[in-house]
Amino acid sequence: MYRKREPIELMSRGSQLALWSANAAAPAPNDDTNLPTRFADWFGARGWSPHPHQRAMLEAARRDQHTLLIAPTGGGKTLAGFLPSLIEITETAAEGLHTLYVSPLKALAVDIHRNLQTPVAEMALPVTVETRTGDTPQHKRRRQRERPPNILLTTPESLTLLLSYADAPNFFRGLRCIVLDEIHSLAGTKRGDQLALCVARLQKLAPRCRRVGLSATVAWPDDLRAWLAPDAAAASVRLIDGGAGADPDIRILATRADMPWSGHMAIHALPEVYAEIRKAGTTIVFVNTRAQAEIVFQELWRCNDDNLPIALHHGSLAVEQRRKVEAAMAAGTLRAVVATSSLDLGIDWAAVDLVIQVGAPKGASRLIQRIGRSEHRLDRPSRAILVPANRFEVLECRAALDAVAENTLDGDRPQPGGLDVLAQHVLAMACSEPFDPDDLYREITAAAPYADLGRQDFDDVVAFVDHGGYALRRYERWRRLERLPDGRYRAASPAVVQRLRMNIGTIVEATTLKVRIKRGPYLGEVEEYFALGLEIGDTFLFSGQLLRFDGIREMTLQAIRAPGDTPKVPAYVGGRLPLTTHLADRVRAILARPAGWRALPAQVRDWLDIQRIRSCLPEPDGLLIESFPRGQREFMVAYCFEGRNAHQTLGMLLTKRMERAGLAPMGFVATDYVIAVWSLRPVGNVTTLFDEDMLGDDLEAWMDESSMLKRTFRNVAVIGGLIERQYPGQKKTGRQVTFNSDLIYDTLRRHDPQHVLLRATRHDAAQGLTDIGRLASFLQRIKGHITHRRLDRVSPLAVPILLEIGKERVDGAALDLMLDEAAQALIAEATGTAP
Amino acid sequence: MTPAEFQFAGEKLLADPSGALIWPGGDSAIVADLHFEKGSAFAARGTLLPPYDSRETLRRLEAVLARHPMRRVICLGDSFHDGEGPARLGADERATLARLTARHDWIWIAGNHDPALPETIGGVTTAEYRAAGLVFRHQAAKRGGGEISGHFHPKAGVAARGRRLTGRCFVTDGRRLILPAFGAYTGGLDVRDPAIESLLMPEYTVLILGTARVHRIPRRVLRARTVEDDPRQPRLF
Repeated sequence: MYRKREPIELMSRGSQLALWSANAAAPAPNDDTNLPTRFADWFGARGWSPHPHQRAMLEAARRDQHTLLIAPTGGGKTLAGFLPSLIEITETAAEGLHTLYVSPLKALAVDIHRNLQTPVAEMALPVTVETRTGDTPQHKRRRQRERPPNILLTTPESLTLLLSYADAPNFFRGLRCIVLDEIHSLAGTKRGDQLALCVARLQKLAPRCRRVGLSATVAWPDDLRAWLAPDAAAASVRLIDGGAGADPDIRILATRADMPWSGHMAIHALPEVYAEIRKAGTTIVFVNTRAQAEIVFQELWRCNDDNLPIALHHGSLAVEQRRKVEAAMAAGTLRAVVATSSLDLGIDWAAVDLVIQVGAPKGASRLIQRIGRSEHRLDRPSRAILVPANRFEVLECRAALDAVAENTLDGDRPQPGGLDVLAQHVLAMACSEPFDPDDLYREITAAAPYADLGRQDFDDVVAFVDHGGYALRRYERWRRLERLPDGRYRAASPAVVQRLRMNIGTIVEATTLKVRIKRGPYLGEVEEYFALGLEIGDTFLFSGQLLRFDGIREMTLQAIRAPGDTPKVPAYVGGRLPLTTHLADRVRAILARPAGWRALPAQVRDWLDIQRIRSCLPEPDGLLIESFPRGQREFMVAYCFEGRNAHQTLGMLLTKRMERAGLAPMGFVATDYVIAVWSLRPVGNVTTLFDEDMLGDDLEAWMDESSMLKRTFRNVAVIGGLIERQYPGQKKTGRQVTFNSDLIYDTLRRHDPQHVLLRATRHDAAQGLTDIGRLASFLQRIKGHITHRRLDRVSPLAVPILLEIGKERVDGAALDLMLDEAAQALIAEATGTAP
Repeated sequence: MTPAEFQFAGEKLLADPSGALIWPGGDSAIVADLHFEKGSAFAARGTLLPPYDSRETLRRLEAVLARHPMRRVICLGDSFHDGEGPARLGADERATLARLTARHDWIWIAGNHDPALPETIGGVTTAEYRAAGLVFRHQAAKRGGGEISGHFHPKAGVAARGRRLTGRCFVTDGRRLILPAFGAYTGGLDVRDPAIESLLMPEYTVLILGTARVHRIPRRVLRARTVEDDPRQPRLF
């Protein structure tokens, strides 16, 4: 951990420049006239003139058009978003709330507040700007509701809360503009669903209100326009293209070390990564998981003969620690920071010279966003180096590089909104003022995520909010809504209102334990399941140090700093994203075209060449399956390239089928590229094994039983308001919620299988962790295109997956068997029958 | 479903994976902490839990009695979540319960949640029941030879593959036997909690309920829980 320097002021001049980025080089152009004098002078005094897209935004505002600005990071998006409001408020001497800005990050809202101060102060604009987040003190909130600022900066959760108050109609009546920032990161998520519903309500309260969306470059701009539109139609929103940035200068690290067959830590290449850090000014080293962050950080310090200030940043570290690192980063006092996606979004830094991605990027859009962190300016190219951790990752890095060069993006299109989020919203609206179901249905179907929502689903959600919505109607006496004589609904009691406000939001955190050095500082948090797997005396890496586990007391994991640097327990998995379909397609294409292998390192070329001799290469449109004996077992390796989540689901389904076929499957392991199943007897007919019909009854049976669905249900139950996060004066632990929501799930599933929360759960599960949609299109694509190679031994391409065996965490239904297994092992140990 | 057989106070007992205790010598099935109508108790306070817990608990009870057709049924108290529970019971559930109490020799032991049950519910209500050197009560007493009780909702955890797995359990030190809670919505208290451990001799054994089997585990391999939830102070989920 880098802790030699004092915390410094958070923002530097450099980052101000990034936020207000404008054409510094261009001479003041003549078509500047659409800037009022005061603003033109301010720009002029800096030798700046607005970017074309900033002008276009101004024009859109004057024509009163809903607008989506898509621009790469560093494109001056934020100024483009605020400039029209600053001008309009100044020109009309607007009173009260004029512009509402919503950001996915609290820190971003606070940062923008700070940065807006500069132009407001320097131009002496009569504009008041304030933030409102979970951190805003009570008295300030009250005052804000009485005397709102011209510009209010907030988050989706705080906005929902504001809209749940009875005075919301009055508060928002005069609203003229809503600015939604980083919407590419919100559309398609539950937070995005909630925000879309809130914006629909705002539009009803303030019909003249204009919507402005700011987004990074995405693969589906029209979906995003529709998402932003007041009528879910892309055509209602003007798209302004902020233009592409300069082509990034990006390459794959050409390592001189042996390229590993498996693993994700890229330790072999870290001395070379360190050398790159030494050459650059400031570097962000991005990794994919917190485990990688800890280990890469440790290994870099092992190389750090120059004692360079290298820091660590990930989502589990204490907030103060993260802020300190961010501040040092902004001040330019760091040479490098090892970071997870905790730095993907957020505060802008101009001073980053180099981005290094350790491990495969998993998606082209994600990579572009990350490399955009370097030279955060449109006019200068970003510099980035990719560091694959194993041979398959070389292929993936190559694919990502091609994708960036050809500017093809990936990412899923926004999905329909969740019914659990809708339930929370319906109750929040009932807390503000009585609603008429017909009106509310019209209002919410104007929001894109709910545009296709059927009336029956809506009515089921209202019934759930009202009395639980159970087929067995027993709770008429304990309704949460009161029906007025005119047919409208309102919250039945102040207790209902209070409970809703305590539970607002769609982020359900996993239960975590604080990590604290015994009689020392607080370091951060770990997931409870990780803590519970530790034995006293076990060592693990956290916050850049080796810690020895000393026990758990009152939700705190106590640790002691331990000597040495080799942990006994590998750091925990977390934040692992599956390979996108887009990159998977590209990887398959690379494999199938040996002519293009020249771009690959020699070791990888050799590996593929031997594969060609020993077996064959996967076809881009087909599926290669290899089977071979090894030890006492039969292995089947399928090169599906559909990402870890889809492979996990496939593994569960394949083993079920093989069991029925009498092949005695013993286990499987899945990576982003490949799945391997081992069994006592060899696989014969692979065509029937991979038939599409596996997505029928087996899938349903497995899904319903899997612990994954229970976890999903827990989130749905909390968001939907069936169970609470917390109670006045009593903080429940997430663990209690987990345990008890499992009991509810089992009972509900048996007695009311079509309940709206179970529908919401299945819907979420099918999209998320199981990736069933992707699996379905895979099975369809490979039908009639399966090549089965029976080999006498393992093929070169199969080696990496075989090396993964035993390293995998057990997930899904396998977990249900573990209690039995654990007990059997313990019994054997205790009774002396262990082998 | 394979029960685990063990000796207790000179009697042969079976720990069933459902959480019921079968005493073939006494022709009895014993269950603890059914907490009927816990769902509706929460609903009355604004948490609209699915109203199916009583019928689910009854379904499981009928399943156990089908596998182990015992004449007598002993419920070790807290059979209803609260005093109003019997009145809130749905019509179907009421009929099922009436059928069961008529068919069996049914003994309700009073618990702290349900100190007095209405006569209309069927069966016999008592504070304590003794037979063949065994004593059945709701909560373990200070001196407890041959005592079989409930109340604590014991749960235990073991570590496996870097994870902690937990399950409801029976716990016994040879003098006392505490049953897991049987009710569909009943949570648990870790046996390592002082509230339970202080009642037991140092070397006790738990029988953890698996999916189809019951697993006997000595105390020394148990993993403690981090957070206690105390069944004596029923909490909102």
